[in-house]
Order: sequence, then structure tokens, then C-alpha cells
Amino acid sequence: MIPLLGISTQALFGQLLLGLINGAFYAMLSLGLAVIFGMLNIVNFAHGALYMVGAFAAWFLLSAFHIGYWPALILAPLGVALFGMIIERTMLKRLAGLDHIYGLLLTFGLALIIQGVFQNQFGASGQPYPLPEQLKGGTNLGFMYLPTYRAWAVVFSLSVCLFTWFMIEKTRLGAVLRAATENPELTRAFGINVPRLITLTYGFGVGLAALAGVLAAPIYQVRPLMGADFIIVVFAVVVIGGMGSILGAIGAGFMLGVVEGLTKVFYPQAANIVVFVIMVAVLLVKPTGLFGKKL
Amino acid sequence: MKKIVLAGVALGVMTAYAFAADKVVKVGVLTDGSGPYADVGGVGSQIAAQLAIDESGMAGKGWKVELVYADHLNKVDVGTSIAREWFDQGKADVIVDTLNSGVALAVGQIVKDKNKVFLNSGAASSDLTGKACTPNQIHWTYDTYALANSTGKAMTKAGGDSWYFITADYAFGKALERDTTAVVSANGGKIIGNVYAPLNNADFSSQLLQAQSSKAKVIGLANAGADSANAIKQAAEFGITQSGQKLAALLIFISDVNALGLPVAQGLEFTETYYWDLNDDTRAFADRFSQKAKNHAKPTMVQAGVYSSVLHYLKAVDGLGSPADGAAVVAKMKATPTDDQAFGKGSIREDGRKIHPAYLLQVKTPAESKYPWDYAKVIATIPADEAFRPLSQSECPLVKK
Repeated sequence: MIPLLGISTQALFGQLLLGLINGAFYAMLSLGLAVIFGMLNIVNFAHGALYMVGAFAAWFLLSAFHIGYWPALILAPLGVALFGMIIERTMLKRLAGLDHIYGLLLTFGLALIIQGVFQNQFGASGQPYPLPEQLKGGTNLGFMYLPTYRAWAVVFSLSVCLFTWFMIEKTRLGAVLRAATENPELTRAFGINVPRLITLTYGFGVGLAALAGVLAAPIYQVRPLMGADFIIVVFAVVVIGGMGSILGAIGAGFMLGVVEGLTKVFYPQAANIVVFVIMVAVLLVKPTGLFGKKL
Repeated sequence: MKKIVLAGVALGVMTAYAFAADKVVKVGVLTDGSGPYADVGGVGSQIAAQLAIDESGMAGKGWKVELVYADHLNKVDVGTSIAREWFDQGKADVIVDTLNSGVALAVGQIVKDKNKVFLNSGAASSDLTGKACTPNQIHWTYDTYALANSTGKAMTKAGGDSWYFITADYAFGKALERDTTAVVSANGGKIIGNVYAPLNNADFSSQLLQAQSSKAKVIGLANAGADSANAIKQAAEFGITQSGQKLAALLIFISDVNALGLPVAQGLEFTETYYWDLNDDTRAFADRFSQKAKNHAKPTMVQAGVYSSVLHYLKAVDGLGSPADGAAVVAKMKATPTDDQAFGKGSIREDGRKIHPAYLLQVKTPAESKYPWDYAKVIATIPADEAFRPLSQSECPLVKK
């Protein structure tokens, strides 16, 4: 064991890996935000609440219908995406073309209402959700004990992130989507139903949040404020990565997870502000974010 | 003419109010209504206070008891400004619960300045009856000394002679770590290290990994509410207990056990001064409580403490005939033995410490649990005179030595 910077390399590797795992959650949530902001120009403050709804949906499927983790991984995001699309159709659509602040206020209000309803219904300390049988246990890596579930979480979310990036940047569907954002009028002239595209994109974005929620359910308490605690950090991640940049959101998510993990070793008291310190620094030097396009 | 009639009515209302005003007492429940401790106190504390008011018989003695409720959001500035507003606008004579040591320590000073009464049930720091004690406050349910003295001592004596702490980074966590350290050292154990985690932390994997690599025999969780729940859940995931380390949940409540579920929580040892299923009296109170509670939850010890403290307070106010002089009410409360269904017979010491037994409990296995909320069994009872810090060790200036 060689000590490095006052801690053993063993501990350092362990913390790096944990940071990467936490980064996976940041990446998935900030990805959804980035997709929604990039395509709809909406700052979706309800994202944390919908992440929470995703986790609760998984819990509800299990406790009411005995539907386990694997089906929930598909069903819960679909349900939440549907809910998101209803929100988009009935509310957010009316704000198209207005200042960002309207969308922000509406989604923030929605988040408070959703959290309030869940808190009233389920209390603050939340509900238990067990680890899926197949992913119990773990492996001793020598420098740390890696629970199988955490390994799964990081691999799964990385795949989802890359798939999303590929879809938006490299496929025809993505090209149409980007065109619709750039110039909706012209895209419509090509016979493409832009409003439907926007609704589907919002559904996809919040579906990602719900997916992260299901992924989080077995390791964090499923409780009404689980998203509220997360969302501010995730917004900082998006800002650091560059608003609307898909790759930026993914990269910044993983990077900040690691930085936060390391802070927890060297100066734990600063762990929950380090992301914001970095955000300030990035905004001062490069206001568009690390991977952001020029404004 | 109409004006005169109206004025007459108004005058009548005012005189009626003036007569009634002589016998009005106002109870303010200040607690965490939405944060990590909301199920420990929260609306349940309001229900408990209302039960005490209804059962006090004050209405029959010509008293009007009013209840106000507020959420301090676990923020000291919010808590103190609510306390000031309540006192300055005459909305409360007594503040109960508080459930956050940071808020409680600050509110205690305001209560003293305004000569009101502070019945703390939820906040844990033993400083409330130590250097921060005042003639206007009583620490009702439990404190960090009692937790350390029960769970900490039991685990050290059972062979857990090296400890690593995961500590909530504010007044409560630090007090709990300090008091447990003292007990562990006194019983021949040693402290290997500690790591701080912020209040309301979702992910404890980093802290758990550090605790794991410390090779300490016991990992002490000096946190509470949703924080301990998350830490316990993740400790199971990281195989902490399988690898031979023991987890000491220094403060968990029955609501946390409920939230964790028995498969994860089973085997944990924890300390309560009230557990709903101890005897017929505790069950009777719990039944009345859960009829009004959301999802028929059983009361936590904090909520039981709110009930018990409000009941005793109202008795003292009735005896004095007025809640106006807070210090006098507290003096009367200290002079009178306590007796209620939740805590049985007890007393209040000069430093403001309410005295009753503490129970070392163990979470049952899913197979042992026979009915809803059948979560724990008593493995040791710490008698009232041993459960709390002896007066001889008190730093409270009120204690004459």
C-alpha cells in the first residue's frame, strides 16, 4: 500500500470508482435536462421530482402488483414519460416562445406540487425497495468491495447515455430533431409534425429521469425529497457541461462525480459545495460551459 | 342605529374575549415538517400535542388551549424567527419538539430572553441540559448522553472495542460523537477515526468505504432520520456486516425501521425511551395516536415526548393559574412528579433533564414480526437513575454543587 497525498492508493482507487458510480446518476439526470433544454428550450425544474416519481413508480409496481425490478426498469420510465407528455401538451406547450423564466417557474411549481402530494401521501422517510435478487452481493476488487448493483448501475447508465448521444447526433431521427429546434418553420415545411416531435422529446427526457429513479431505488431510500436533494447539483452539472450540450452533460456528470468523491476523502465538509465552486470557476472562465456552443 | 348595534356587538365580543383571555394558553409545535426528520416529529408531533390538549381536561376547567404549528426547515434562522414571531405576537406561551439540535440551541436562548417555556422532545444534543441549560427549558425524551450510554456502552462491552464514526456535520452529530467517544473510552475501547457527512446526505458509499477500510470493529452512525436510513441501507449493500464489522445506529427511530423494512434493518440495536409495544399503557396511547396519524403510524419516542411534555405543562399551568411567567411554570413542572401513559412515572431534575428509563431494543427478523409495527424487542432496560448523565458531571450553571 503506497500512501499518496496522505491516503493510501487503495482508498484512492475506491473513492475514484465510487465517484464514477455517483457520476453515472448525475450523467443520466443531466442528460435528460440537456436534451430537454437543447430541443425545447425549457429549463425543466420538475426533473428531480420526476426522478422521484420514477423511483416511487418502481416501488408501487412492486408493492401493489408484485412486478419486480426488471419490468419496472421499462414500465416506470414509460409511465412517467406519458405523464411528462401530458404535462407538455397541456401546460408547457402554452409557454413556447416566451422567456425561459416562465418555463422555469411552471416546472418549479410542478415540482413543489408533485413533491408535496407524495410527501403527504407517503411521509418523509420513504419506502423500502430491495435489491434485485440477481444483483445482490459483490466482488472484492482488492482495493474495495464493489457491490454488483453499483457496477450494473454504472455500466447501464453509461450505455443509456451513449445510446442517447448516438441517437441525437448520428441518426436521421436526431437530425430531424435538431433541425426542428434550429428552425421549426422550415422543418414543418418538409412535412414533419414538429409539435409531436417536441412532445416526444420531452417524454423521452423525463423518461430518462424516471429511469435514473428506478436505478436509484434499490440503493437510496425511495422518498419524496430524493430528487429535490439532487436536482440543484444536477443543474450545476449541466451548467458546467454547457447548457444543451449532450456530450457535455455526460462528461461533466461523470467528472463531477469523481471530483465530489475525492473531496469526500480529503475534506468531507466541502463535498456538497465543491460542485458549485467548480461551477462558479467555469462560468467565470468559460461562460458557455466546458463543452457548450457559443451563444 | 345600525352602527350603534354593531358597536354594541363588537363590545360584547370584546368583553367576552377579555374574560376568556384570562384563561388562555397557547402551545406552539415547532418541528421539521418536511425534511429528513419529518416522520420522526412533523405533523405527528402536532397530533401528539393535540391529544395531550384534548386529554388534559383543561377545557372542563375553563381553559382555552390553542395550538400553532410551524416547520423550521432545519434552518436555525427560520426557527428563531418563527419563535420570535410567536412570542412577540402572543401566539405561543410554550414551544415544543424542535427536532434539530442546531435550532433547539438557538430557540432555547430566545425562550429564556422572553421568559417563556421550551419543552424539547426531538433535539438530541446533551448540551441542552449541559452548558446551554436555562431555567425555562426541559429536555424531555432522550439525549446524546443517554444514547451513548445505552447503545454505545452495550456494543463496546460486547467486544466492539474499536470505533469509526460517520457523523452528521452539525451540532447534533458532533454532540453524539463526543458523548459516545466518552463512553467507548471509559469502557476500554478506542476511536480509530471519523468522517463527516452533511445533513440530508443521500449517498454514504464514500463514508462507508472509509469506515470499512479503517478495520474498526464498530461503525458508529452519529446521524438520524433519513440519513441513518440511507447509511444503513447502503451498509448492507457494501457488505459491511457480512465482513464482520458491526453497525451501531446510535439514533434510529421506529419510523426509520418502518422505512427501511425488516429485511434490511433486522438485528440492529438501538435505544428508545418510548417504544409503543412495551406495555398496556404505551399501547393504549399508541392506539389513540395512530387512529389520527397518517397511514395509522405508531408514534415515535419524539412524538410520545411531545404528548407527555404538553400534558405535564398544562397541569402546571392549571396549578399556577397562568402561563405568563415561563420560569415559574418550569419550576412548578420540576416540583411535580410526572405520570402519563407514554413514559409512566418520572421526574424532572434541576438541570431540566426529564428522567425515565431507557430501553435497548433490537430490530426483529421478518419471521419474528407478527403484526403491523411489530418491529423490536427489548434486550435491556436501563433504569431511570442510570439512563441519563449524572448531575455530578453536569456543566449546567443551574446545578448547585
